[in-house]
Order: sequence, then C-alpha cells, then structure tokens
Amino acid sequence: MIDAKQVLHVARLARLELAPEDVQPMADELSSILGHIEKMSSLDLDGVEPTTHVVPVEGVLRPDVAEPPLTREVALSQAPKHTETGFLVPSPQA
Amino acid sequence: MSDALIDAIKTTATEQIAAIKAGTLDARELFEAYRSRAAADTTNAFTYVAPEAPAELPGRDTPLAGLPVAIKDLFCTEGVPSQAGSRLLEGYLPPYTATSVQKLLDAGSTSHGKTNQDEFAMGSSNENSAFGPTLNPWDPTRVPGGSSGGSAAAVAAGHAPWAMGTDTGGSIRQPAAFCGLVGLKPTYGSISRFGMIAFASSLDQAGPITRSVADAALMLSFMEGKDDRDMTSIGLREPIETPTRTDLTGLRIGVPEELSGEGIDPGVRASFEAALEEAKALGATVTQVHLPNAPHALSAYYVLAPAEASSNLSRFDGVRYGNRLEAEDGSLIGMYTRTRTENFGAEVKRRIMLGTYALSAGFYDASYGRAQRVRTKIVEDFAAAFAEVDVIATPTAPTVAYKLGEKSSDPLEMYLGDFCTVPMSLAGIPAISIPSGLSEGLPVGLQLAGPAFSENLILGVAHALEQKLGFDTAGAIR
Amino acid sequence: MSTATEIEYETTIGLEIHVQLATVTKMFSPVATYFGAEPNTLIGPVDLGLPGTLPVPNAQAIHFGIMLGLAFNCEIAERLVFHRKNYFYPDLPKGYQISQFDEPLCGPGNFGGVRIHRVHLEEDAAKSTHAGGSGRIQGSDSSVVDFNRGGTSLAEIVTEPDIHSAEQASEWLRLLRTTVRQLGVSDVNMEEGSLRCDANISIAPKGSTELGAKTELKNMNSFRFIERGIRAEVARQTAILRSGGTVEQETLHFDPRTEAITSMRSKEDAHDYRYFPEPDMVPVVVTTEMVEKARAAMPELPHEREERFIGLGVEPGAARQMSWRPELGDLFEEALKTDDSNPKAVAALICNELVARLEDGDLTHSKASAASLAQLVALVADGKVTSSGSRTVLDKLVEGGGDPAAIVESEGLGAVGGGDTLTPIIQAALDANPDVAEKLKSGDMKPIGVIIGAVMKETRGRADGKEVTKIARGLLGL
Ligand SMILES: [Mg+2]
Ligand SMILES: [Zn+2]
Repeated sequence: MIDAKQVLHVARLARLELAPEDVQPMADELSSILGHIEKMSSLDLDGVEPTTHVVPVEGVLRPDVAEPPLTREVALSQAPKHTETGFLVPSPQA
Repeated sequence: MSDALIDAIKTTATEQIAAIKAGTLDARELFEAYRSRAAADTTNAFTYVAPEAPAELPGRDTPLAGLPVAIKDLFCTEGVPSQAGSRLLEGYLPPYTATSVQKLLDAGSTSHGKTNQDEFAMGSSNENSAFGPTLNPWDPTRVPGGSSGGSAAAVAAGHAPWAMGTDTGGSIRQPAAFCGLVGLKPTYGSISRFGMIAFASSLDQAGPITRSVADAALMLSFMEGKDDRDMTSIGLREPIETPTRTDLTGLRIGVPEELSGEGIDPGVRASFEAALEEAKALGATVTQVHLPNAPHALSAYYVLAPAEASSNLSRFDGVRYGNRLEAEDGSLIGMYTRTRTENFGAEVKRRIMLGTYALSAGFYDASYGRAQRVRTKIVEDFAAAFAEVDVIATPTAPTVAYKLGEKSSDPLEMYLGDFCTVPMSLAGIPAISIPSGLSEGLPVGLQLAGPAFSENLILGVAHALEQKLGFDTAGAIR
Repeated sequence: MSTATEIEYETTIGLEIHVQLATVTKMFSPVATYFGAEPNTLIGPVDLGLPGTLPVPNAQAIHFGIMLGLAFNCEIAERLVFHRKNYFYPDLPKGYQISQFDEPLCGPGNFGGVRIHRVHLEEDAAKSTHAGGSGRIQGSDSSVVDFNRGGTSLAEIVTEPDIHSAEQASEWLRLLRTTVRQLGVSDVNMEEGSLRCDANISIAPKGSTELGAKTELKNMNSFRFIERGIRAEVARQTAILRSGGTVEQETLHFDPRTEAITSMRSKEDAHDYRYFPEPDMVPVVVTTEMVEKARAAMPELPHEREERFIGLGVEPGAARQMSWRPELGDLFEEALKTDDSNPKAVAALICNELVARLEDGDLTHSKASAASLAQLVALVADGKVTSSGSRTVLDKLVEGGGDPAAIVESEGLGAVGGGDTLTPIIQAALDANPDVAEKLKSGDMKPIGVIIGAVMKETRGRADGKEVTKIARGLLGL
C-alpha cells in the first residue's frame, strides 16, 4: 500500500518529521485507511466527469478597486519573529 | 443566579429574544448569566470566555436584541483568540472578523466566548483539541461529538443560548445529535466561508447549533448571504421563513437502505424507526430509496478532505503568525519541520500525510481524481432519489455519544462513524439533525436532507417532527 | 568520421516571460500594489495568507490576460480555471501559489515569428532580503520577507522553442516589451521587475531532428543580461559536448558581473508540486462579451504599425524603429499631418538625424515640433535649402524650436540656385583651375569636386552640388 520509504518522502513534502520508530506504524496506519479507500476502485467511473465544486455558479470576479491595506504594525503583530519592517525567517540559502 | 434567569436559560433563543424585546428579560443580565456560566463551565467547552460584557449591548430594537452566541474557534474574530483547537495558533489574534460572525453581530448579536473543537475541525469526538477534550453535558464520561463539540456542549449545558459551528463531513450534525440539539448544515455556498479557518474548502460550511428548529432557522436567516470575499458563496435563493409546519400530509420521505441499515446501533435504529412512525402519523409517506454509491462516499471524502486540508494547512509555517520552533541547525527547512511537527496534533498530521500522498505525483489519478468522480456519482444518486421523494431521512450517527478514548486509538473506526453525514457534504445539500429521542439515556439524532436550497422545506419538516417528538433539549441544563 | 570538435551545433531557445500586469490591485486580493512602497505596507489579510482568507480574482487582470492572448493570436479558453502549486518557501505565504495548470487562459498562438505555447495568469511571490547573521544561533543567517509584491497579478508567457540565437531572443523580447507596453497591460520595466525572463536553452548538432538536453537559465532582468547569459550558456554547453561530455538538465543562474553560470539545484528532492484545482474558487466562464471587450480595447500593435509605415514607403529599418519606439512613430504621424507628401524623408529625418542628436535618443530632449520637421523636409525637397544646410536647421530646431523657413532666412542658409547667380561663380572657378577644366573636358569627371568645393566656399555652402555639376558641364560644352 504505502511503505516506509514513501512515508518518509510524503513527510518531507509536508514538512513533517517522523521519529524513526514512528515511520512503520504510520505506514501501517495509512495503509489501513488507504485499504478502505481503495474499495472505490471497484466502481466503474469511465466517462464520469470529476466534481471539483457543487456550486452551480459562474465565478464572480472582483472589480479592480483597492481597499485599505493593513497597517504594518498590525501585519507584523502576530509574527513570531520580525524586524521593524518585515518578517524574519532563517535564510533559505543557509 | 436567580431562578428566573435559570428558567429563561432553559427557554430557546427565539423565546429569549422575544422576552428581551417584550422587556421581561434584561439583555445585560442574561449576557452576564451566560458569561459567568461559560466561565464556570466544567465540560471544557470554551477556549475563550469574554472577560466582561460589552460596554454597550445592541438594543432591543435589533433583530437579535443583544443575545450572545458562542462561536466555534474555527471562526476568526478580530482581536479575540482564534486558535482552531491548535497549539500552532495558540494566542492568535486575527485582524478581521469572519463574514458570517459579522453578520450575526450586525443583526444585534454579541459573543461571550469561543468554543473548543477538534484541531482544524479534524475529528468527530472533540478529543483532537490541543486544549483538551470537551465532555458531553449529558454524561461527562462521554464525548460531545465533533468537530463542533465545544459549541454543542456549550448549548446543551445552557452555557450559550445557541452557537455557531462548522460542518465538513458532519461536524455540526453529529455533535448536535450527541448532545440532543438541532444542528443544520446548509447548502454549500449559502454562508460565506470568509474568515472560517479552512479544513476542506470544497466541503466546509458554517451553520447553527441550537435548541430548536426555529432557532436554527433564525440564526441561518442572518448568517446566509452572498459575500464578495468568497467566490464560492452564493447565498440562499429565498428568504428563510420561520418554520410553523405541523402537518406532513403529502410529504414523501425516502429512507436510503445504505445509510440506515447495517452498522447502525439497535438503540439508534429503534429511535429512528419510532420517529418515522411519528412522521407517518403526521401524514408523511415513508419509502425506501437507494443511494448506490453512498458506501463509497467515505472513501471519496477521506481522499478529498485530507488532500484539500494538506494544502490549506501549508500556510502554518511559523513565518507570519502562530507558534514557531527554530531548528537546532538554524535552517529554514528545520524551522518549518519543527514548527509543524511539534505544534500539529497526531490526527492533523495523519490527514496531512494522507492528503499529501493523495496529491503527490503518480497517485493523483487513482486517488484525488477518482474521488472527484465518485463525488459526481454521489451527486447523481441524490438527484435520482429526490426525483422520487421530497426529503431523505437517516440516523445522524450510527451510535449515541461514546466514551472518551473509546475510538481515539483507531482512526479508521472513528472515520466510519461519519458514514451517514458525509454523503450530504459531498453533494453539497442541506441536512439538519434533530433529536429523535434517547437510547441508553443518551440523545439520538435524526437527519433530514433535501435538495440544494431546500432549507425552508427541511426546516419545516424538522419543525413538525420536533413538535410531535417533544424532545427536551434543556435536558442537560443544570 | 567526424570528431566531436568538428561538429557544428544549432541553438534552440524557448522563453518563459513573467509580466506584472498594470492592475491597481493584486491578482486575488483587493489591495493596491506598486513599486517602491515601504516594505510590508501594501498587504491585506489575503496577501499574508491569514487563516480564513480566500482569493477572489481581479476582473481587470483577466481582461489584460485576454488582450495579451489576442495580441499573440492565441486561442482564448472558454473558462478560466486556477490550480494550486504546492511548495514551501518564505515568499509564498500560503504554501502554494495560485496559478494555472492544464487549462491556461490562452492556448497556442504566434507572435513575431515565434509560436506562443500558452499565456496564463498567476500571483507573484513576495520578496526576501538577506539580513545577515541573526546572532542567536552560531553561523545562522536570516532573511527579511516583504509581502508588498506578493500576490501581484502576473501573466506568464511561454514560447515554443522557436528562437535560435541570443540576438534573436533579445530582439524578440524587445518587440514583446513594446507590444505589451502598447497594449497598456504592463509597464514592462525590467529594473522594477515587471518583466522577468527565463530561457530554456539546448544545443544539438546541425541538422539533427532531436533537441539536446535543455537547461533553464533563471530570472534574467535586462536585455543585455539575457543576450550575454544565453551566449555564455551556449558556449558552456558547446564546450561540454565538444569535450565528449553530456549536458545535464538543470536550473542555472547567470551572474552578469562575472559571467559565471552556476547550478541552482538544491539538495531538495525533485519537486512535486501536487497541482490540484483551487478548491476556494469556482471556474470563471470566459464570455464572448469579455473577449469582445478586450478586442475593442486593443490598440494598433507595433507589428501592425510597422507594416502600415512600410506601406507608406518608409524604409523597413525606420518603420521598425518608429513602431517599436512608439514615441517616434507618434512624432512621425504628427509630422505627416502637416505635410504627408514625403513620408520616407520625414521618417529618415526622425530616425537618422533627429535621434542621433539626442542624448540616449530621448525625444524629450528635442524642442523641434512635428510640424517643423515636416516643413524642413519640404524645404529640402523644394531645393530651398541644401541637405547640408538642413542639418544646421535641425540643430537649431532641436535646440530652440521655431520655424525652419525663418531659420533658413535668418541664418542665411537659403540655397543659392539658378543659372543667373551660379554661372559666373562656376565660370570663375573653372578659370581659376585650368588643369581641372581640361580633365573635365576630356570626360574625366572625377575632379568636379574641386569646382564644387570652390563654389561652396564662395556661396558658403548654399549651392546644390548637382546643379553646380550640371551648369559646369554646360559651360564646358559637354
Ligand atoms: Mg513556469
Ligand atoms: Zn510563473
């Protein structure tokens, strides 16, 4: 179904870490869920269109009119780390 | 607290508003009564209780007359903690208020607190909250249901006259059922999602959890409406009427075999069948209908919802808000990984893993793509059923409220508990849960679903049955 | 058998151009965006990816996108569908970019001899600036993120691999830039980053039907860098193949200062963007009205203007210059309003003489009116001023404006013409140079310059050389 190697790959994509001893249990757990999900492959879905949304509307667009922005003080107020002017993060290059 | 206030609290929101308007109930006293009850709550239903009443309450001339509402923590409320049951958002203060909340405030509502929930609405028992589980007021050894468990517990215990919940696969209906309340998930798109922290965007809908069908109709009438800030919002097609129906003559009720037979506890089934007998007594006809693809709804749901969630939750990266944990090596990836690994709970991580897997290269067609096609089949199933009947009835949940910890070790078993509510979510149709009676002393929920935009119809039917069944929704108020 | 060193290679280039659209607000958020604002002052809840926020597409961006598609002769899609492209990066506040995937707004097209693969709409990333060591962790580095640019509306234009040299790439990009600017959909300012270009480059032995392995040269931000970067990469690939190596498919960075090309490949796993349809949005129907509105808004495009100028008799070089630099074309067309009898000469005057007199060829440095340019051309055509005299007039016009006829008069630049005036002067020159007169008489016209020079000296340059020759031949009985 899903093996330990795939679990590690998926965890990395999702920016999650699994302790070595948790990898196999996670693989087993996901496999059991996927096993149930797998049952839907018995359905004949040839020619069936996918449903992304049940909303029966054409998308409504937004006129190009500006609303006031947040003040910088408010924007930065919830940041775990920030400078006077921006959000502080570890460098992507590091 | 005066006996008069306790008596008032045992009445419905609609009745309380009428009393405030009539001048026989003081809005400020009532607010303070709810506020202090919420502050003394022992079910862990609240994650935030307002420290005091607002300096000025909305007047008696406003539609909701200053009556407080408990708000699920998934809704953003300006300057008030909005934490979605997650350690990651602990202490988060949004700079804006969700549209649906704002609409209630604009109608003269106030809020005395935010309610506990499964983290990011992922769960059916409220045991997945970073702030601890909520207990069921009917029996504190049992779960209140989830994910809107805090909202349901608060209303059931009389710590709020009514509450806002959200429902992605049953998160309003199932806790309402477990707590002996009315819970309505309206048509997808009828209430703006702007400001509701997203779990699964194509399924999430806000809705009321109340003590009566009339209360649900009243709250819905102010929450619904098209919002320019939510492209998927369309509002309802006709105004919500106050439900007054008492007769079901000519109503065709369909019971889908797939959602009412196998897997339903005998006590729940007995209550369900008794309720159908009452419906017949009111003039309804009850026939069997088929939703042949419904058994696959859970599979589709547990692909689609985690997939959307895995992406929706990517924004929780410790950069702009929320808690953050630096990595030992000072790296960016390390910061992301520690922040998410240590702040998300096990169920959230499990669903992120599941959803990331479903979307990843090579699996998309067999997982996400297939689930979207199954969704199409479910939509078609309901359309076919509604060609034969007016409403569909099922038990809301296969069991009554179970013991804390009883299912939390087996995620799959927990997921299976959603099988009666998930099909309606996938189809985007409205569904209401009302209490049909007790089994083993615990409330049982009856679910009524109708075609898209049939809110007035299902509210009317629910009202007629509610009156006939006479369930006491104040049964857990002490 | 030929060795690798002898093989001639052919270059194949495809371009991906990101153009910031000249919308007032961002792609999915109602917040204004412009270059040069204080960091983090142009952001709203949507731009920070705050929990609960939702994207709503900007109608003007879609209008601009359709205009681009029409300009490039693309097929316009019937509906607009957005997807999420998932990856973590600090300049990506939601953990995904809303872009288009398998249903771009504009399909195959053709522009300036290069096939267009697609044009799609998406949101721009924010900007991070390196902030140096933060001090808390030994050796750690920090960046500061500014979300002002984040969410700006972008059109991504992707060409087919139809370009075969660095020069062709930069020339085609100039046409693209002028066209986009003419359309008014972007200010396409490379310094401010509103036009950015990536190039996919491969080389293969001449005549080979298969393309070689391609590399992607990222984010070049000036025409000079694009040309130099592509040249450097072609040289690098050629050297690799000539020495028997193989070109690796990778993403590269060109440093314009050192001309060094470095790999941008990180230690990351191969990207898995997990594209899926954006569940917060419903598809937008692209109506006939929307397309017609865009068509009606289309100005004359550079290549159309170029063809029209050539039709007027303008030299192709001047026609291209005046259509790619619209201010020159506008001046030309304005001049023709005064006198349209000699478009070719007016164009030549503007493109060869006028531009050469201006710093950076910048028209704002000239005081010559369009009418005066047309009048000057007419004076030359009528023989009222010689072409050398006209240059002096143009100098004066550029410097201080005015009426060319008046300048001719006041500066004494009027052509001296007519046998009556010139004949005695020419006769005197022949008399003064008997050896030249002898040679001319014998049919050797080479020394006629001596006579013309003498006449010019006498008339201070106001005589026409052709007329002098004609009269001299008469006087010598030729
Ligand atoms: Mg690209
Ligand atoms: Zn792009």
